[in-house]
Amino acid sequence: MRKIEHDRLRFVKNKVFKITVIFLSLIAIIPLFLILFYIIQRGIEIISWNFVFELPKPPGEEGGGILNALLGTGILIVVASFISVPLGVLAGIYMAEQKESVVTRIARLCLEVLQSIPSIVIGIVVYLWVVKPMKGFSALAGGLSLAIIMLPLVVRSTEETIKLIPLPLKESALALGVPYYRAILKVILPASLSGILTGTLIGIARIAGETAPLLFTAFGSSYLTLSILKPISALSLLIFNYATSPYEEWHKIAWGASFLLVTLVLILSIIARVMTRKWKTRF
Amino acid sequence: MKDRLFNIMVFMGACITIILLIAAFLTLLINFIPSLKAFGLKFFFGKEWDPIKLNFGALPFFIGTTLTSFLALIISVPISISISILLGEYLKEGFIASIFKNLVELLAGIPSVIYGFWGLFVLVPFVRKIEVFLNVPPVGVGIFTASIVLAVMIIPYSASIGREVIELVPTDIKEAAYSLGATKYEVIRFVILPYARSGIFAGILLSLGRAIGETMAVTMLIGNSNEIPSSIFSPGNTMASLIANEFAEATEILHLSSLVGIGFFLLIITTVISLVGRYIIKKISVTERRYA
Repeated sequence: MRKIEHDRLRFVKNKVFKITVIFLSLIAIIPLFLILFYIIQRGIEIISWNFVFELPKPPGEEGGGILNALLGTGILIVVASFISVPLGVLAGIYMAEQKESVVTRIARLCLEVLQSIPSIVIGIVVYLWVVKPMKGFSALAGGLSLAIIMLPLVVRSTEETIKLIPLPLKESALALGVPYYRAILKVILPASLSGILTGTLIGIARIAGETAPLLFTAFGSSYLTLSILKPISALSLLIFNYATSPYEEWHKIAWGASFLLVTLVLILSIIARVMTRKWKTRF
Repeated sequence: MKDRLFNIMVFMGACITIILLIAAFLTLLINFIPSLKAFGLKFFFGKEWDPIKLNFGALPFFIGTTLTSFLALIISVPISISISILLGEYLKEGFIASIFKNLVELLAGIPSVIYGFWGLFVLVPFVRKIEVFLNVPPVGVGIFTASIVLAVMIIPYSASIGREVIELVPTDIKEAAYSLGATKYEVIRFVILPYARSGIFAGILLSLGRAIGETMAVTMLIGNSNEIPSSIFSPGNTMASLIANEFAEATEILHLSSLVGIGFFLLIITTVISLVGRYIIKKISVTERRYA
């Protein structure tokens, strides 16, 4: 008799545990739905052609757009990619080819540390390297700080993809008498292009919403600038400044900008994910 | 000839990543020296942070950072362990599992500034109601609000690491327990969790590192007060949020140097935490491979 009761208790415990686990897990995604709901609901009502193609107006005036921030985010992403992709691919090639070298091991450790550094600290470093000597905030400084955040992702994806490529591919190229550098550039790199691209896309998705390091590097600007030596705005900076302002009108613009930013980040990460799946099945 | 050039170029690429980190470290250290000279150890234990009188003590921000990060951990740990168990044991594959996994990953993709913005307009009024109910001043912003959002933001990290470690638990010891008539709860409680313990701990450690360095959402929600917080509902500042607020306006050398010092400290803490976390994870996966 007692055994049966004991067993029943065990099965009840089992059920209760399962329900608790499911319940707690579901709690985690409630904020996600709430955030998406608010952004879509408040963002869509303000988005229009004017919103995308006009410059901001001073507080109190109706209307105005966020063209400067959109272009700014674009320019910052381009600058960051121009710095981090070539550098990251070179480092990735070295680390994939010289697996056991001391430099590879140290570089791998450094990249891991780099990835764990809070982005605001990277902002300080770039401020001291670029902004202070050049005596001014600039898109270049903003782009550089984003490039440092992006670098570990590019290096790692390059390294991992090259390692996945079957050795015979390189060997047959070398056997035909091709110099080593051409074997890498013409055979290995094209074969790993999709992996490198995916890493770059993931990196861009990661930096597109970065704000902290831009606060004192790119700094923000309400003008339209195409020069990389001048302060520049970004979607994330605009959201921060407008959300913390006291103006009702600016809050609305910030919701619209949030909608565009989240859409951009989501599209980038979806493309990256689809590409990962494709490239994984290739070899 | 060209081969040598190419080899030198890729070698330089790898070296630059190393130089980058060392240079960043030294830059912060060198720029911290003026403040360290002026205040000495008082910098770490001083309770006053006054940019006008040029008196800088960082204690309030160490306390603020510790409070928010640990509060965020307390909120997030049960949830992220549940997600690890759900995805690692109950819902291993299938449509629902992949939807759920992607949703949790989406949480990690939303930019920090948007968490802050949302918190400001949705969470703050809600917390104000709680505060009225609890009879504390209804400010809305403060340590508590910042911790809630921080908790949501770090869940994906510890959950995904936890799931990976749970999947590493060998099937034979689980099956052995099942064959003895154990229920799923008993297998999870007495076999899987003890086995995956150190990995789950490493995941929590890595998400703690994230929480300590997280800036934008905290800056927008913590209330920005340079005093030592008196309760979890009072406004405060973390190391990261202080830098975000004051760095662009720091004109005095001593002010700038003190902020750099806090940044340097932030770098050291997060580096140590992440190296320890990664070391534990590496050790687990290595022993796993040996026995597989």
